[in-house]
Amino acid sequence: MRISRLYEMWRRFANIASLTITAVCAVVVMAPVFIILIYLLANGIRSVNWEFLSSLPKPPGDEGGGMANAIVGSFYMVGLGLLLSLPVGVGAGVYLAEFGRSRYGNAVRFMADVLNGVPSIVIGISVWALLVVPMRSFSALAGGVALSFIMIPMIARTTEEMVRAVPNSLRAASLSVGATYARTMWSVVLPAARGGIVTGVMLALARAFGEAAPLLFTALGNRFWNLYLDRPMANLPTQIYEYAKSPYQDWHRQAWAAALVLIAVVLVLNVVARMSTRERFRALR
Amino acid sequence: MEAQASADSKATDHARGATFWSDRLFKAVVVACASVMGLLLLLFAYELWQSSQLSIRTFGWRFWVSRDWDPVRERFGALPFIWGTLLSSIAALMIAVPLSLGTAIFIAEVAPRWLRQPVSFVVELLAAIPSVVYGLWGMFVMVPWLRENVQKPLAQRFGFIPLFEGPAVGVSMMAAILILSVMIIPYITAVSREVILAVPRTQREASYGLGATKWETIRYVVLRYARVGILGAIILGYGRAVGETMAVTMVIGNRPDLTTSLLQPGYTMASVIANEFTEATSPLYLSALTEIGLLLFAITLLINALARFLVWRVTKGEGRY
Repeated sequence: MRISRLYEMWRRFANIASLTITAVCAVVVMAPVFIILIYLLANGIRSVNWEFLSSLPKPPGDEGGGMANAIVGSFYMVGLGLLLSLPVGVGAGVYLAEFGRSRYGNAVRFMADVLNGVPSIVIGISVWALLVVPMRSFSALAGGVALSFIMIPMIARTTEEMVRAVPNSLRAASLSVGATYARTMWSVVLPAARGGIVTGVMLALARAFGEAAPLLFTALGNRFWNLYLDRPMANLPTQIYEYAKSPYQDWHRQAWAAALVLIAVVLVLNVVARMSTRERFRALR
Repeated sequence: MEAQASADSKATDHARGATFWSDRLFKAVVVACASVMGLLLLLFAYELWQSSQLSIRTFGWRFWVSRDWDPVRERFGALPFIWGTLLSSIAALMIAVPLSLGTAIFIAEVAPRWLRQPVSFVVELLAAIPSVVYGLWGMFVMVPWLRENVQKPLAQRFGFIPLFEGPAVGVSMMAAILILSVMIIPYITAVSREVILAVPRTQREASYGLGATKWETIRYVVLRYARVGILGAIILGYGRAVGETMAVTMVIGNRPDLTTSLLQPGYTMASVIANEFTEATSPLYLSALTEIGLLLFAITLLINALARFLVWRVTKGEGRY
C-alpha cells in the first residue's frame, strides 16, 4: 500500500518534472533569437547612417564609405529572382493543387521538397557552370537565376496549399455560370488564393534575400555601381562575408551594420507574412 | 468533412479535363511549370557531373579516401572534408535533437493555447535568420567567448583526452557544431511539431482513460505513434546540417586536417567550396571542388528523399506504428 503511494508520488513528480523540462527546452531554443538580435542592434545601430546607406565602399583600409551598391544589388537580384520564379512556382503550385493526386503529381511534390533541401552552395556551383562559365563573366543574371532556383520550390509548395484551400463551391459556382475551367482558375480561384500566395512569396523573398552561398560564385560582388545584367553585382550577404573575413576594424563595423539592414528586411518580410496568414485563417474560421 | 470535400471536388473534376482549347492550354502550361522541378534536379546533376569530369578522371575513387589537399602541387583528396562534415553534423544533431523534441512537445502538448503561436513564431524566426548573420555573430561574439570561457579550461584540465587536444584557438569544430545545432533546431522542431499534432486525439484519450499522466501519454503513446515521422524530422535536420555553408565557414577555421579534437580547426565539404572556389585558379582545382559539390548534392538528395518519405508516411496517416 505504502509502496504504491510512493509510486503514485513518483509518477506525479516525473510528470511535472518532464513537462517542466520541455518548457526549459523551449526557453533555451528561443534564447539565441533574442541574443543575436540584441548583439546586432548593439553593434550595428550606430553605423546604419546616411553615409552607410548612400555611398560606395572605400578602398581597403580607408575608413568610412557604405554599401549603397550592395543594398541596391540585393534588391535587384532578388527582384530578378522573383520575376523568374513567380510564374513557374505559381504554375507548379496550381498543377499540384489541381492535378496533384496523380502519380506524376506525387513525384513533382516529392521533387519540390527534395529541391528545397538542396544546399544553396550546390545551387551556386550549378549556376556557375550553367551561366558563368559560358558567359565568361560573373553576372547579376547568374545571381538572379541562382536565387530563383531557391525560390521556385518554396513558392510552388505554398501556392499548392493556398489554391487547395479555396473552397470547391467557388469553382462550382464559376463553372455553373458557363465559365471554362481555365477562366475559372484565372478569374476566380487564383484571385481567391492571392493573399496566401503573396504570403508564401514573401517568405521565399526573405530566404533569398539572406542567401550568400549561391551568390558567391555567380554575382560575385562588386565595389562599384553596376546595373547591367551581364556584370558582377554587389549584394549584402556576400559583402557581409567579405567584410567579416577582412582584417580591418572599420569593415567589421560595417559588416554589423549590413547585417542589421539585412535582418531588418528579412524580419519585416517574415512578420508581415505571418501576421497576414493568421488574419486569413481567422477569417476562414 | 474529408468525404464532403472529395465529393465536391469530384463534382468539379470533370471540368479539368474539358475540351476547350483554353483549358488544354492552361493544363499544358501548369504541367510544364511542374516539370521544372525534375528538370532542375537533372540540370544540377548534369552540370556538376560535367564540371567534375577532369577531377574524376584524374583521381578516380582515390579522391574519396585521400587526405592530401595540396593546391600548389595539385594533389586533391576529399577525406578531410567528408570527415569534417560527418563529425560536425552528427555532433550538432546530438545537441539539437533533444532540445528540438522538447520544444516540439512543449508547443504541441504542454503550452497553454495562447502561448503556442508566439513560441512557434520565435522558433521559426530562428530559421529566418540568414546563415551569414549567424556566421558574423559566431565569429565576433561566440568564438571569443568560447575560447576564453570553455576551450581554455577544457584544454587545461582535459587536454589529455583526444577530444580536447591542442591549444584553444577559438575557431574550431566546437564552434561549428554549436552554430549548426542552433541552425537546424527550427527545422527539426517544426516538422516534429507537425507530426506530433497529426497523432489522432483518440490515442491520447485512450491513454488518459487508462489513468496515464500527461507525460506518460506523451512518452508512451504520442511519441511512439509519431516516431517514424520524428525520425524523418531528424533526418531532414541532418540534411540541413550537411549542406549548411556560410556560418560554418566563418567559425570552423578552415583547415584540412583529420582532427578528432573539438578544439581544433576543421573543414567541411560545403565550407571548402565556399572558401576556395573563387581562389581556385587551375582547372583541376576547380574540378576537384566541383566533385565535392557533386558528392554533397548526392548525399543531401538521398537524405531528403528518405526524410520526406518518412514524414509523409506519418502525416498522411499511412504510418504503421
